Amino acid sequence: MEFVLGPILAAFIARLMGNKLSVYFAGLLSLTGIVILLINYPVTPLINSTQGWKTIQDYQWLDSTIHFTFGMDGLTWILLLLTNGLMPFIIFSMNSNHSNRLQITMLALLMQAGLNGVFLSKDGLSFYIFWELALIPIYFITLLYSESGKDNFKHTIRFFIYTFFGSLGMLFSLIYLNSLTETGSFAYEELLKLNLTYNQSIWVSLGFLLAFAVKIPLFPFHGWQANTYTFAPAAGTMLLSGIMLKMGLYGVLRWFLPMCGETLYVFQPYLITLSVIGIVYGGIIAIRQNDMKRLVAYSSLSHVGLIAAGFFTLTSTGFSGGVLQMLVHGINVVGLFYSIEIIQQLSGRNLNNLGGLAKKYPVFAVVFFLFVIGTAAAPLSNGFPGEFMLLKSVFSYNSVSGVFAGLTIILCAVYMLRMYQFSMLGVDKGQAEQKIEINQWLPLAILSIFVIVLGIFPQYFIDIVKPSLDQILLEISNAKGVLS
Amino acid sequence: MNPIAIIIGLPLIGFLINGLFGKQLPKMISGLLGVSTILIAFILTATQLSNFISTETYSSTLKLFTFLNVDNLVLEASFKLDRLSIWMTMIITGIGTLIHIYSMAYMWEDEGFHKFFSYLNFFVFNMLLLVLGSNFLMLFFGWEGVGLCSYLLIGFWYSRPEYGKAARKAFVMNRIGDLGLLLGMFLIIHQFGTLDYDAVIQGIAQGKTSGSMLTAISMLLFVGAMGKSAQIPLYTWLPDAMAGPTPVSALIHAATMVTAGIYLIVRTQILFEMAPFTGEFIFWIGLCTSILAALIGLKQNDIKKVLAYSTVSQLGFMFVALGCGAYTTAMFHLTTHAFFKALLFLGAGSVIHGVHHEQDIRLMGGLKSKMPLTYITFLIGTLAITGFPLLSGFFSKDEILTHVFEHNKIGYALMVFSALLTGIYMFRMFFVTFHGTYRNSHYSLDKVHESPLGMTLPLIILAFLSVIGGALNLPEYLTHQSGTLANWLKPILTIEESKHAISHSTEYILIGIAVLVFVIAFFFTRSKYVSKNHVPSEAESTGIAGYMENKFYVDELYNTVFVKPLEGLSDILGNFFETKVIAPLSFGINSVLTRIGRLNKFVQDGNIEKYLLFMVIGIVILIGINLFI
Repeated sequence: MEFVLGPILAAFIARLMGNKLSVYFAGLLSLTGIVILLINYPVTPLINSTQGWKTIQDYQWLDSTIHFTFGMDGLTWILLLLTNGLMPFIIFSMNSNHSNRLQITMLALLMQAGLNGVFLSKDGLSFYIFWELALIPIYFITLLYSESGKDNFKHTIRFFIYTFFGSLGMLFSLIYLNSLTETGSFAYEELLKLNLTYNQSIWVSLGFLLAFAVKIPLFPFHGWQANTYTFAPAAGTMLLSGIMLKMGLYGVLRWFLPMCGETLYVFQPYLITLSVIGIVYGGIIAIRQNDMKRLVAYSSLSHVGLIAAGFFTLTSTGFSGGVLQMLVHGINVVGLFYSIEIIQQLSGRNLNNLGGLAKKYPVFAVVFFLFVIGTAAAPLSNGFPGEFMLLKSVFSYNSVSGVFAGLTIILCAVYMLRMYQFSMLGVDKGQAEQKIEINQWLPLAILSIFVIVLGIFPQYFIDIVKPSLDQILLEISNAKGVLS
Repeated sequence: MNPIAIIIGLPLIGFLINGLFGKQLPKMISGLLGVSTILIAFILTATQLSNFISTETYSSTLKLFTFLNVDNLVLEASFKLDRLSIWMTMIITGIGTLIHIYSMAYMWEDEGFHKFFSYLNFFVFNMLLLVLGSNFLMLFFGWEGVGLCSYLLIGFWYSRPEYGKAARKAFVMNRIGDLGLLLGMFLIIHQFGTLDYDAVIQGIAQGKTSGSMLTAISMLLFVGAMGKSAQIPLYTWLPDAMAGPTPVSALIHAATMVTAGIYLIVRTQILFEMAPFTGEFIFWIGLCTSILAALIGLKQNDIKKVLAYSTVSQLGFMFVALGCGAYTTAMFHLTTHAFFKALLFLGAGSVIHGVHHEQDIRLMGGLKSKMPLTYITFLIGTLAITGFPLLSGFFSKDEILTHVFEHNKIGYALMVFSALLTGIYMFRMFFVTFHGTYRNSHYSLDKVHESPLGMTLPLIILAFLSVIGGALNLPEYLTHQSGTLANWLKPILTIEESKHAISHSTEYILIGIAVLVFVIAFFFTRSKYVSKNHVPSEAESTGIAGYMENKFYVDELYNTVFVKPLEGLSDILGNFFETKVIAPLSFGINSVLTRIGRLNKFVQDGNIEKYLLFMVIGIVILIGINLFI
């Protein structure tokens, strides 16, 4: 509960501070989550743990069947690390002269509460509630504090309704599953125990799939993504791409795959195909974008497509690579959007009007370059190990899919280096005058350290999630037994 | 401490110090740091040589940590010093040291001096990862790492947009090859469950896989080699890579990085031995590349471009040797080529330095009197590459030609033609640059100057190596025993190479042909460019020469066939498909909900009369139902 209440409390404190809220105090408040995580839940016991998704807290809510049940295992831990670890960077990205900093900080903290709840919930209904709770603050952030004027309402309401509609599918599935249990419970274990018929399973899976496919997003459910990323304020884009995207992927791994039962193998080829199409599709579109935010949005579509494809291969390699890549993608995409925000404040973010920033801002250029090569998955950067495992898993599943998925390493080099070149290298167009303040680039530089660390020591993070992934694989293979 | 760790670690330390604090360091310290890390690594490597001499199968390993361990696949960060990797390490650190020394003088005026040294050190680090890694993963790390350094160094003067473009082109084309290598690695994992060289080689030797699988794997690995070693169809990045500072061209784009493909094939020699189709494929790709690049080189007027095409062509020679199964020969040519091509590039750098950053040979001429040391060393380099008897290139090229003669007679004829072209384009460049009269009116001959000692000293050393390099593997007909390199590599080559089956008399004839080719090339070009004082004209050539001048329009072809369609597709998907298909698909739900809302609005619009009307209608219907049913 502290992961949910802590950030909410922090948001209230921020409100009480009002306009006196300094950047540093806001940053301090945003540390709530990560401090709780690292102090209360040491990571060592999770490595090689055999306890499964251990319940850590259980509160009865509406009646005896509906609970707030929170569980902890390696997978949850990693995602809490991502959520709470990135939050300070996102909040720090708004410097002192940022308008609406107070409001966005508060909403971001509320969102943090919702996200934490999603990753912790072991009860279907509370999972759904937190799922939607996380959506509301981001809705307000994009709606109220966006930079674009007239189209903004249209884009935001579309995004909201679309994802909300998707989530309804999940609610349907959860309630349906609930109605099948003897005790009328929403508890994760209870739902897993159900033996669904083929038809039941198809409908339940489709319901879940709708919610997760929109949220991830999987091709062709990505219609909301590019516009929302482009028009949202930088902090909102970071929240969306860095963390919220992972909700969908997490949902697939924790809820969809184990609950899907035997029909999983019916869906599998289609899901992998869609994911691989998304990889290539996003990559191809990204190579011609001139708006840096839009470019990264499509690159993001491409990257999550690969993660999803890896998950759908249902192999240990795909799972480990995917979870690692969720963490890595969160870091890199926040780093990129953070850098883009800095660039935007210097001279806009249209690649046609940029150039030569490296000459004036050499340190910033190096940091930005780290995120670029991390995204392009150069070895010794964090993008490589995950992408290696994911591509390997897809290739082992089907070599043709593997080759198409592999195109990402070429396409990504094309669009990432193009973006870097057009913004940082080339002729200095002399627009940028002001300095980049230390409180702007320092958080970014700190974040960039993880580009290297995760690139060299990925195994440490894999060891943390391995037991929980094995558990999920076990559930899936049980379902396979039913089919055969 | 393990010597491997120091050898690899030193350049990394140099990179980090120069990269992080280079700006604060005085130039001299910064440069000396860059030089000394490589020099110490070289000395340390040399001390390791003695171990190999005393024990034939000696090798030393270093295991750092487990990089990945999933699904029964264990990938270690581990390294191995064996006869092959130490040979490569000697070349990398040895020539690397000379080029670092040269760079101190060459780059002294450049504002990015410390940055240059940090990149250069980082390159050496990655190159050492590549050759010293004991599994394919470490190779891949280095493989992509050197690609990244190459990108950074080609685009070193990044304010010039076309340089940045060349850098990106190099990286992307390398990535295409890398995808092949990566897929090859996946197949290897699939077949052998490991990426460790020894285990894979053992697996192949035990016949764990089918022939077609071996062909697939070897072809994919060769795709990687095509990218890195600039073979058809992925060679077009290398000439453009000349945008980088000249020492970079010498180190990365001539002596070391581009030979990684050859290293890869020699390392996995057994795989290629067992896949004869791939061998034949490599043979012809190498041959075509060597001729095509040489033809283009004939008509280039940029001193570095000529050398770049020459490199592509010479790499083709090495692949031809590999295609014949002559692994030692390929390594031999790799080594001598590293000497003389580094020499030529550094010489070209010295010329460029001397004539104030002019690269067009048409604007040079008569430089021999002004730059005597550069002239002499460049002459030695030219003689070595063109196969002047008893110089290093003569022996290595002759060995390749002999192997080709045994392998395929038509191939032999084509290779002789290619060797002739080598002679012509090299002497053409040499004579036009150093002989005749000086032709640049913007920069007077008086200001042309010889380069400082820091630059000429490496030239002298490399010239010396280019002369005696042949001694590394003297042919049997001279010494009546197999060459030093052949003996050196013998223990690590899993499959013994075929000995020459041809008689000594045939061999003498082949040597005679090689010498003849040299003589023809020399006198032909001499009469044209020295006696008649011909200078390549400014005007566009016509016919076949025009094609050669324009590089056979390969870049344009790629642009039309790959780049433009991809960009078009991107535009169609991004502008049309996204708005006309994806958006309606996504927001259809929006409009459906809006319509339902409108329907509701009609019913519940707050109009009491309407409500009453609905109520009456309802009552009537209910009564009707009661009455009639």
